[in-house]
Amino acid sequence: MTPLFAMIRARMLEILRDRAALTWNLVFAPMLVIGVAMFVSNEPQKVLKVGVLGDVPALTASNPFLKTDAVDFLPQPDLDKAIDKVKRHSLDLLVDLNTQPVHYWMNDDSAKGRLVQSLLKAQAPDAELQTVTGSQIRYADWLVPGLLGVNIMFSCLFSMCHVIIKYRMSGYLKRLKGTPLRAIEFLAAQLVACTVLIVLVAAIIFTACRILLHLRMEGSYLDLLAVVTLGAMSIMSMSLVLSVRSASQELANGMLNLISWPMMIMSGVFFSLDGAPAFIQKLAAFFPLTHMLTAARAVMLDGAGLHDIAYPVTAMVGMICVYLAVGAGLFRWTLD
Amino acid sequence: MSVILSARALRKHYPKVKAVDGVSVDVEEGTCLGLLGPNGAGKSTTVEMLEGLVTPTSGEIQFRGKPIAETNYRDRVGIQFQNTALQDFLTVRDNLKLFAALYRRTSSIDSLIEACRLEEFLDRDHRKLSGGQRQRMLLAIALINDPDLVFLDEPTTGLDPQARRNFWELVLEIKRRGTTIVLTTHYMEEAYLLCDEIGIMDHGRMIASGAPAQLLADHFNDTVLELPAIEVDGRELEMPLVRKTDRVEILSVDVNRSVQQLIAAGLSLTHLKIRPRTLEDLYLHLTGTELRS
Repeated sequence: MTPLFAMIRARMLEILRDRAALTWNLVFAPMLVIGVAMFVSNEPQKVLKVGVLGDVPALTASNPFLKTDAVDFLPQPDLDKAIDKVKRHSLDLLVDLNTQPVHYWMNDDSAKGRLVQSLLKAQAPDAELQTVTGSQIRYADWLVPGLLGVNIMFSCLFSMCHVIIKYRMSGYLKRLKGTPLRAIEFLAAQLVACTVLIVLVAAIIFTACRILLHLRMEGSYLDLLAVVTLGAMSIMSMSLVLSVRSASQELANGMLNLISWPMMIMSGVFFSLDGAPAFIQKLAAFFPLTHMLTAARAVMLDGAGLHDIAYPVTAMVGMICVYLAVGAGLFRWTLD
Repeated sequence: MSVILSARALRKHYPKVKAVDGVSVDVEEGTCLGLLGPNGAGKSTTVEMLEGLVTPTSGEIQFRGKPIAETNYRDRVGIQFQNTALQDFLTVRDNLKLFAALYRRTSSIDSLIEACRLEEFLDRDHRKLSGGQRQRMLLAIALINDPDLVFLDEPTTGLDPQARRNFWELVLEIKRRGTTIVLTTHYMEEAYLLCDEIGIMDHGRMIASGAPAQLLADHFNDTVLELPAIEVDGRELEMPLVRKTDRVEILSVDVNRSVQQLIAAGLSLTHLKIRPRTLEDLYLHLTGTELRS
């Protein structure tokens, strides 16, 4: 057995024999995600986004609808892409104010869409609802990948970082330093072992959601597995960088919170980043969760193949390589 | 005999502490070197530098005549810490398999299990072992790569007398096989029994080194006569003596004459003990009796 596989085996045994943690991961974490998904699947979203075909500033003067408070009006240059966003709940409603009567598109499953529709009808009673062709995506279909992503994100960030710090504080890393084991072998073993568990839990949650919520799945299961695996590994690699020189769980918790909350908010878990400031969208591109969710939603909702999601997949692979290389370079067995 | 491990002018300075300040040591192949010293003397840091776990501030360590960085040092040494941490939930067998996989050359696991008497608890979670069982498992792990040189850092601390003696037998067996040992201990009896050479450290320096018997001969020419303090209290004796809490030690270069003096002084010799100087005497003589942190 090679050192790498010996370390993977040892870590897997440690995980599988820790019944309390395993029970939590396999039973309670999925219940939590499914429960939240079922709860919010019938709840309206809190932010209203309306896509507008044409030049919004130019149209605003002549259309009082565009002055409605609490609605974000987003210019949409391409009709087909804008309709896709309506289907995916990225837009609550799409409106073309250049036509007479006004045309609008809406996802039947969107509670917020119906709310905006009533606002539009108050201003333009003769507005005509246009048919959104193809199957429409329920909010739950859009949200569950996000919730699954959050579960994966927290599991990856905390499991990797805490385990390495625990090993360091207990002196186990010091003992391993006295062997020929290389840092990259040790880190890769931790990465692989934790990935197996986390992907397994994600698969259980996904299967439960498919059965209980009839979750939409248009693409290949293998593609989704690849996306989730890469996503988990990229988030864990990021966590690894935080743990390589830390000897304090408290410090690690602070750093993990600093990363996890912005990542959760900015990666499009609960709402689409369409309409968010450009710098937020650029910042989100540095978070592995953003790419995992983009790719997972594309596979699940649009039936995308790996070639369609080449950008997020490449970004995740790049992050794994960079973070793992940085982590291995900075790694210290002991902090003497 | 050839020198297997050699350290020259080792120093380890931290911002506010000189943990080790110019230690040199040679370890001959097939022997056991014991490092003794009070807490904070620098022996653990010295050993960790010799193990290759801590980088010296200055100085050089050679393994078989080459700097350790230029050798496959980690493949050739075995290490047992006083409290070696391992992964949770792994059995003794799991740990042996894990560490065996980390080395290019390995001993037969079965023979190690037999030699270290691990059969009874091979499939037990290592966290549920007794102190003696745990130290035997850690010794087996330290020997898993059939090392040329094995470091044992206070391996019997906290063990009961039976477990300690059992462990000594194992160490003597390792010595008989020709494995070189570097041992740190607070037990003078252990050092005297197991070590061919000892080094006594204090304040980061090596203050004495050599074969135990030679060191005793170099520092003492007397014998100790011990009497209960209650027998001596209130009497004036014209002899060099050291008062301890419960006894008085009379330091004698002529035992016959000293005994005659005690009889002449009217002391009862019923509880008289006559003993040669021990390593503990030497240790306290060199490092003092002041309590260390």
